[in-house]
Amino acid sequence: MNTVVHSGAEGFLHRFEGLRARLPGQRLDWVQALREAAAAQFRTAGFPTRRVEAWKYTDLRPVSDAAFDEALTILGDDVALPAPRGERRAVFVDGRFRAELSQLDDAGFAIGSLAEQLPRLEGRLGALARPAEEPLVALNTMLFEDGLLVTVPAGVAGGVLELRSLTSRSERPSAFHPRHLIRLEAGASLTLIEEASGPEDTRYLHNPVFEIELAEGAVLTHARIQREGVKGFQLGTVYARIESGATYDNFTLNAGARLVRNEIHAVLAGPKSACHMNGAQLLRDGQHADTTTVLDHAAPDCASRQTYKTVLSGKSRGVFQGKIHVHQVAQRTDGYQMNQALLLSPDAEIDSKPQLEIYADDVKCSHGATVGALDADQLFYLRARGIPEDKARSILVEAFLQEAIEGVTDETARAALESAVAGWWEKEAA
Amino acid sequence: MPAVAETLDTVQSVTEGTYKWGFETEIEMDFAPKGLNEDTVRFISAEKKEPEWLLEWRLKAFATWQKMQEPRWPAVKYPPIDYQDAYYYAAPKKKDGPKSLDEVDPELLKTYAKLGIPLKEQAILAGVEGAGDSPSEGGRMPIAVDAVFDSVSVATSYKERLAKDGIIFCAISEAVQEHPELVKQYLGTVVPPGDNFYAALNSAVFTDGSFVYIPKGVRCPMELSTYFRINAKSTGQFERTLIIADEGAIVSYLEGCTAPMRDENQLHAAVVELVALDDAQIKYSTVQNWYPGDAEGRGGIYNFVTKRAQCRGKRSKVSWTQVETGSAITWKYPSCVLLGDDSVGEFYSVAITNNHQQADTGTKMIHVGKRTTSTIVSKGISAGKGQNTYRGLVRVAPTASGARNFTQCDSLLIGDQCGAHTVPYIENRNMSAKVEHEATTSRIAEDQLFYCRQRGLSEEDAVGLIVNGFCREVLKELPMEFAVEAQKLLQISLEGSVG
Repeated sequence: MNTVVHSGAEGFLHRFEGLRARLPGQRLDWVQALREAAAAQFRTAGFPTRRVEAWKYTDLRPVSDAAFDEALTILGDDVALPAPRGERRAVFVDGRFRAELSQLDDAGFAIGSLAEQLPRLEGRLGALARPAEEPLVALNTMLFEDGLLVTVPAGVAGGVLELRSLTSRSERPSAFHPRHLIRLEAGASLTLIEEASGPEDTRYLHNPVFEIELAEGAVLTHARIQREGVKGFQLGTVYARIESGATYDNFTLNAGARLVRNEIHAVLAGPKSACHMNGAQLLRDGQHADTTTVLDHAAPDCASRQTYKTVLSGKSRGVFQGKIHVHQVAQRTDGYQMNQALLLSPDAEIDSKPQLEIYADDVKCSHGATVGALDADQLFYLRARGIPEDKARSILVEAFLQEAIEGVTDETARAALESAVAGWWEKEAA
Repeated sequence: MPAVAETLDTVQSVTEGTYKWGFETEIEMDFAPKGLNEDTVRFISAEKKEPEWLLEWRLKAFATWQKMQEPRWPAVKYPPIDYQDAYYYAAPKKKDGPKSLDEVDPELLKTYAKLGIPLKEQAILAGVEGAGDSPSEGGRMPIAVDAVFDSVSVATSYKERLAKDGIIFCAISEAVQEHPELVKQYLGTVVPPGDNFYAALNSAVFTDGSFVYIPKGVRCPMELSTYFRINAKSTGQFERTLIIADEGAIVSYLEGCTAPMRDENQLHAAVVELVALDDAQIKYSTVQNWYPGDAEGRGGIYNFVTKRAQCRGKRSKVSWTQVETGSAITWKYPSCVLLGDDSVGEFYSVAITNNHQQADTGTKMIHVGKRTTSTIVSKGISAGKGQNTYRGLVRVAPTASGARNFTQCDSLLIGDQCGAHTVPYIENRNMSAKVEHEATTSRIAEDQLFYCRQRGLSEEDAVGLIVNGFCREVLKELPMEFAVEAQKLLQISLEGSVG
């Protein structure tokens, strides 16, 4: 008998019915309750359409029209991992933790598979995620198989941790929904370098959700390099709760995938906390990238900085939506947001929607947006000094992106981002 | 007061009124039965002796409206409006006014005094019966107001002057009779009847408004204002304005009044359409100061307006300037569709919300033609429990090579109970276009206040001074006589917000 593979929301719900007995936590009532509630929410909401304001510029039909199956992880010989970027590395293949590929010895704190630790995560898993508001998070909650679990104890400097997400080559489109939980206790620190990639000839959906809790004075640098395969989809959501005096420093580089949505919900929950959200989107023909940030200033004396840059070539489309919400208690808020786009092609399109919603009076908030082509005067200046046109363009694009990357203070993270950008540009110029 | 009660009051005052004017023919019944259905639309059209095509047009709009949903996306809150529980045609609208200034709300008179309005004018603005019947006794009077309240002959002489240049300036119902070909050619071409919920409603039941046509190459010799128009004393609930500037024509049009007007319609759903052909320029200035409701947020006008301009011609230009201080809820986005190559759109706005006022306002600049440019300067001031939202769209179509936009949105917060929001949308599909957006939000700096106080200004005057400075870029775009009063108006609107 042939198995019918359903597409769209229906397909995932169908899969949930078939898989529920095998998903991790099937014997834990609270996990079952979470999954059931999420399934009900996803059944009601379905995949968001462009009629939903938050999805005005991103059409999910390429995802919702496709039929995805469970990933059949067959690792070929071609899974060659480059040297780790730091002391430790956690590797996930098709959303599942692979101990034999990971290097996590002597971390001095808990790093590992979420699925293995699930019985101890009641109250922590799902503490920040909002499946009722974000349908894709409901999808993740319904079907999560595994994820990275990190807890850095109070006062511990966690060093650099690399999170690698790989996708195996497959004939049939597959989907996976990892749930990553990161917690830094008071005064702890960590640099998390996340890199996601996949084969160029496989259709897949990577739908990760992060729940990040930063206790008093904790510092997390979170560098994300998205280099999914050109047929892949990544729809990721990050939730971060930042307590007093803590700092969350996120940089997201979108360079791969046919369609990517990078959604970040950060809450500055304690006084004097800080959030930096920076990013770059490098888009080629046929790609669509959407960065959507929602920053809640929910406590006084907090600061936030956002700089997002998008470079578009070919027939690509870039989207930036950024909302800063300043609650009434959040006096003396200092908020800044800038998003800029550089169009290298007449067929590219950029849509930008920065948004301020302010209910406190003693605030300094500003946002800016610019959209345009490479400056002709600047090009001329470089050409006049004997620099060939290609080289001149590359210098200007690099300078454009540099402003966003500069904000990343952690050197390992910055080096990783810089090399990823350089790699993209080399290919682009070729 | 809820919409229904207020409308009933209006109708009652109309039916009991002794003064009938404005229509040349005697009419048996001067209001349509309550409710909104096809018969209401037919009634209005018949009352206005409209041609068949216009009735058809209205009926089509009505059919469209019935299928539409009231929009819920603006950041404003108000109780649901029952469209069936209201009168849609009540003419002529004359209220039972106070008999003398002694009966007028002293708060209103205080405001007039601060605006420096002479007693005679105060009486007229407050709607004192018989106050507008005799010519004014001279003295300083702003041009716009002068013309309203002066004798019929003055207005007629203006009309003669305009007619000499071939300018048509009349009520839209008059234009339907006198210039049907122009109305038919342009009506609903900028704001189609099905454009949005309120535009559809307006298209079905509009009863009044202005019509302006400036012929080729004519520069209108004076600022046109609704108040020049002799039969425009009471503005309708569903106004429809259509302004056409033919090739090379230039016109400046003023709407509104700096003094608070007595107006008892709660829902205003106007439509304004502007058409600029090759090399034409239209400047449209609005000062809106309708009743904002009391300090507790009771009553006040709902101002849901669709204003749009089409720069159809090459090198045409449309400039919107608005000072929005009144209304309980303001919801409007004066927009420019820049079709002609090298056409220019401008939007300058000051919006103040105090007490419980809510404003969701901004603009849309749609760039279609080559080298089109647009400028947006928006200043929002929130005080008391006011909520102020800038919502704007800049869209560059693939055809708009070399398009240019600059947007600046600044918000000022006075007090910790108010809100200021900015929601710009930028959509660019042309690589040679350049779009820039800047927005800031802040409060009045302590050191600025201290500096002013130290020089002997009261706190209220100091705030007024700072706010005027904050709004300067916009106020300077207003015609002179408006600008002076608008400055005072800003200060009055913010009264009680400090200290």
